Amino acid sequence: MLDIKNYVRVQSLQEAYDLCQNRRNVIIGGMLWLKMQNRSVDTAIDLCDLGLNQIEDKGDEIHIGAMVTLRQLELDPLLNEYTHHALKESVKHIVGVQFRNLATIGGSLFGRYGFSDVLTMFLALDAYVELYHGGIVSIREFVEMRPSLDILVRIIVKKTPMQVVYLSQRNTQTDFPVLTCAISKMNQDYYCVIGARPLKATLLLDEKHLLDSSLSDESILAFADDIAQRVTLGSNLRGSADYRRHLTKVLIKRALWQLREEHNHGN
Amino acid sequence: MEIKINLNGKDIVSTIEPDTLLIDFLRQQGCLSVKRGCDTSNCGLCTVFQDDQPILSCSVLAARAAGHKIVTLEGMQKEAQGFAEFIADQGAEQCGFCNPGMMMNAMALLRENDDPSDEDILNYLAGNLCRCSGYEGQLRGIKNYIAYLKRSGKEDLS
Amino acid sequence: MKETLQKVNQPVRKKDAMNLLLGKPAYVDDITPQNCLVVKVLRSPHAHAMIEDIDVSDAQKVAGIEAIYTYHDVPQNRFTMAGQTYPEPSPYDRLILDQRVRFVGDAVAIVAGADEKSVDQAMKLIKVKYQVLEAVLDFHQAKDHPVLVHPEDNWKALCPVGADNQRNLCASEYNQDGDVDAVLASCDEVVERTYHTRANQQAMMETFRTYCEIDPFGRLHVISSTQIVFHVRRILAHALNISKSLIHVEKPRIGGGFGAKQTVVAEVYPAFVTWMTKKPSKMIYSRTECQIAGSPRHEMEITVKVGAMKDGTIRAIDVYTLSNTGAFGEHGPTTVGLSGHKSIPLYNNHLEAFRFAYDVVYTNVQAAGAYRGYGATQGIFAVESAVNELAARLGIDAVAIREKNMVQEGQVMSAYYNEMTKSCALNRCMEHAKKLFNWQDKSKVRVMPNGKVRAAGVAMAMQGSGISGVDVGSATIKLNDDGFYALSIGAADMGTGCDTILAQMAAECLECQVDDIIVFGADSDASPYDSGSYASSTTYVTGKAVEKACCQLKENICMIAAQMLECSNDDVEFDGKVVTCLSNHKQVTLHDIATQSMCGNTIATQVTVTHSSPVSPPPFMVGMVEIELDKETGQVDILDYVAVVDCGTVVNPNLARVQTEGGIVQGIGMALYENVQYNDKGAIAENSFMQYKIPTRLDIGKLRVEFESSYEETGPFGAKSIGEIVINTPSPAIAHAIYNATGVWLRDLPMTPEKIAMSLCEE
Repeated sequence: MLDIKNYVRVQSLQEAYDLCQNRRNVIIGGMLWLKMQNRSVDTAIDLCDLGLNQIEDKGDEIHIGAMVTLRQLELDPLLNEYTHHALKESVKHIVGVQFRNLATIGGSLFGRYGFSDVLTMFLALDAYVELYHGGIVSIREFVEMRPSLDILVRIIVKKTPMQVVYLSQRNTQTDFPVLTCAISKMNQDYYCVIGARPLKATLLLDEKHLLDSSLSDESILAFADDIAQRVTLGSNLRGSADYRRHLTKVLIKRALWQLREEHNHGN
Repeated sequence: MEIKINLNGKDIVSTIEPDTLLIDFLRQQGCLSVKRGCDTSNCGLCTVFQDDQPILSCSVLAARAAGHKIVTLEGMQKEAQGFAEFIADQGAEQCGFCNPGMMMNAMALLRENDDPSDEDILNYLAGNLCRCSGYEGQLRGIKNYIAYLKRSGKEDLS
Repeated sequence: MKETLQKVNQPVRKKDAMNLLLGKPAYVDDITPQNCLVVKVLRSPHAHAMIEDIDVSDAQKVAGIEAIYTYHDVPQNRFTMAGQTYPEPSPYDRLILDQRVRFVGDAVAIVAGADEKSVDQAMKLIKVKYQVLEAVLDFHQAKDHPVLVHPEDNWKALCPVGADNQRNLCASEYNQDGDVDAVLASCDEVVERTYHTRANQQAMMETFRTYCEIDPFGRLHVISSTQIVFHVRRILAHALNISKSLIHVEKPRIGGGFGAKQTVVAEVYPAFVTWMTKKPSKMIYSRTECQIAGSPRHEMEITVKVGAMKDGTIRAIDVYTLSNTGAFGEHGPTTVGLSGHKSIPLYNNHLEAFRFAYDVVYTNVQAAGAYRGYGATQGIFAVESAVNELAARLGIDAVAIREKNMVQEGQVMSAYYNEMTKSCALNRCMEHAKKLFNWQDKSKVRVMPNGKVRAAGVAMAMQGSGISGVDVGSATIKLNDDGFYALSIGAADMGTGCDTILAQMAAECLECQVDDIIVFGADSDASPYDSGSYASSTTYVTGKAVEKACCQLKENICMIAAQMLECSNDDVEFDGKVVTCLSNHKQVTLHDIATQSMCGNTIATQVTVTHSSPVSPPPFMVGMVEIELDKETGQVDILDYVAVVDCGTVVNPNLARVQTEGGIVQGIGMALYENVQYNDKGAIAENSFMQYKIPTRLDIGKLRVEFESSYEETGPFGAKSIGEIVINTPSPAIAHAIYNATGVWLRDLPMTPEKIAMSLCEE
């Protein structure tokens, strides 16, 4: 059971930052995962007054405030146009509308959860996170950083022209994924992200340049095999490492097929 | 701590603990339609509106809801009555325990989309679990209600 | 009679429908005080241990703590929590708190305090020293295991069910008809397979919960979410070691039961607290407690041998069931019986011999209980799957082999206690399902352009209607002012709508509107005795009591009217509104009769009738499913599920349809993903709705339900049961469809995408 002694709606990021230097205080985000923990909190820090619930078009970039909900991401025309609705696909399976009206992107990413669809997606977008103290870092770096006493302020998506496909396998439609897979193509480079391994999502590149010449059935299968060999996978309730390795190949193949199809249709 | 909240159209001031969950606050306020079915934000039984958006009241601090407009099924009785008739005509309420959350979320859907497809309905209500009905009766009732609204809307115009 | 039904067979709205849909207070926690003692149970982290020392001194100092009880404080007479007719077949193997803890989640201490926070804090401060013992976690190893789950001397079995606590046996039996081995030896084809089903959770939306207080007479007043008010009274009397006369049990609206609330899961704890402290108390199970310390379906491993000739004639069936009752024996000896007795008789037509044997074993996991289907579900998965495997081997269509062998009306079923099917429309169900589903086309395997495979599967099912010779249903019907009626029952509407369908029956008899009947139930002080709502008994058993009671009341109404009309009793006729004297044509209205009955009257306007049935007529059904299977990921999508049910006369087509749809969806969950996995310490991983996945509305496809009614002459208006049978077909039908799509038989539930995909990889 979660036990909270004080609740503070901070009026500035500095106030939040000062408070969260005490490890007994916590930023509550969407509160969905925090709520299930059995812990005592001195001060629950709420960022809800800081206007971080906006998705803003900044010309070359899209800025997503940390308190933007998953439901906002799902419905946002700008982000979904940019991602060809892959972003919607990445969040629409998460529990239900009421849940997604509460869960925040900041909470989803800051926890670096193994099951996170959102982390998988934003890794494939090659996004950046802005930390209050740590500044702007790529999400690739961020995902590997040790959890720090910092505040995730916003996510920055560069509007680099790209294609992206998001796929996941779930035992039921709204369950945690058994495996997530997002593949994007930016500036001729392929970004392949595998998540729910059940470890947190990881980005793998086409190191052997298997896809350089073309997206043929052969090169796609070779790439899928290569990633499936390289990626670290484990077992949990939802699936064994062997099944995940099998799924890795299947989802990569399908994602690349879809990417090829969309490309051929001029998307 | 003291909070001010607009509950079902009324401004109220109340003293709460910092960790009081909205669901427990609402039940203390006599909004007994709000039910708890799980502890993991999975069942949708506790659905209420916060500023017209459906949310899980089990997963929000009452303190965070302060300053917002909260509506429970108690505050939606008139709108719910007409809709409920259609579910009742299917016998789809069954044990009834999940009904208030489903009613709230279905009404939220219809506010966002007055002509949803079956797929829209199923997707929007996916977070509302029901163990009795098998969901089909709820779907029939919702569709009949939408058809009724369309019919009566046309009548209003003519 | 059947053709002229007015109220029965109508889609009447459930009497409580609108209030439930509008969220009015109706359930235990809505209608009982908030400011009472909060009761919680400290639970064992070990699967098997002795409590060497338990120190509650620090915990007791927490502000707000009223009482903490340990095994030192409770009565030492063993009892069972199973809601069954006395003497219960389930062994007396429990104490409220025991020094020996037998599963992860077993009760160690009861804590009662002013609020949840103080109770939670106190629970953290209780110091328990355990002597951890070896646990029996594998139910295959349990029988005659050196470690005993119940070594205690005061363990006892009240009924001869083959129980032996010195062998970890909760029950054991063997019965047969004909020479099975000889018949099997002379068959062209014998299929022998073993199937495994899991301890699924009922997962009703309202968790277990009970409120207790001392009433003005000093009695214990229990308001509980239960299917069995009278059994709760008896069980609490046994557990607390007090007189039954000191206990009053009532149930308000119930947020789902499905059998879970046929066991006294939560009641003993607040009852003990209130009895000891004389203060009101309430216990509300968390979802986690429901998942780890509830009363789930018995895990079973069932070995089936089916012998047949080349033409598909099934001549012998041999079933052996190993059932896992877990740490306690609730419903252990009885559920297992249905795994054979309600599966083998489906193939009665040419059956020459059958054998059915079983062992029910104790292990150190969560105790099982009653869940819709009650063993039949498990047995039918096994036998129906084996028949599908047999048909595949013989190259015979799965529907054709059933048409050849299915039980027919008028047959004596040797495997069903030699009961005769007086009503059986199973053949018509199959015919109807075949057409509705389009079996001829859909049973052909189709590869879709996206590479996914569409295929179909079929299964049949039966159940009972009450427990023959045991279940008791009673009804009291009373005429009130202005001519409305009050119907009192001890059966429990848990969302099923029995209050409404019983009122329909009363209205049919009394020729009035359903709204003219108010329904009251269930209350151990006020209701006439009823075993309770389980074993698919309420429509069939209690319904008959309602019918009989109303007929008697009609006679009494006529007697009063005859006095008023000054004619003889057999010279009057009642049409629901007026009584007419046939010779002088004078009339008196029901309104006037009701008024007269309250002045100088000596004829009872209240009648109670009790009914029990020597038979338990099975309902029958056919389920057909079309799936789309992704051979690469293993994912199965249900596209279409057709069910055609013979529940005798359909009392309320709406409620029967929704019961069927709900049962099918629970069955789909059981078939595909509702899993229970233990770690090496015996703890359950699926301890919440986050981990234990029940179907959402996106997981179920299209359901189509229709009825093909027989007429059961021993039932009210020809009705049989419907509540349980509807969960039985999905597992075998889906397993069959998966085989047709992939060539792989899955015999271990749930049939997850991983099992499907990986079995295809192996090929």
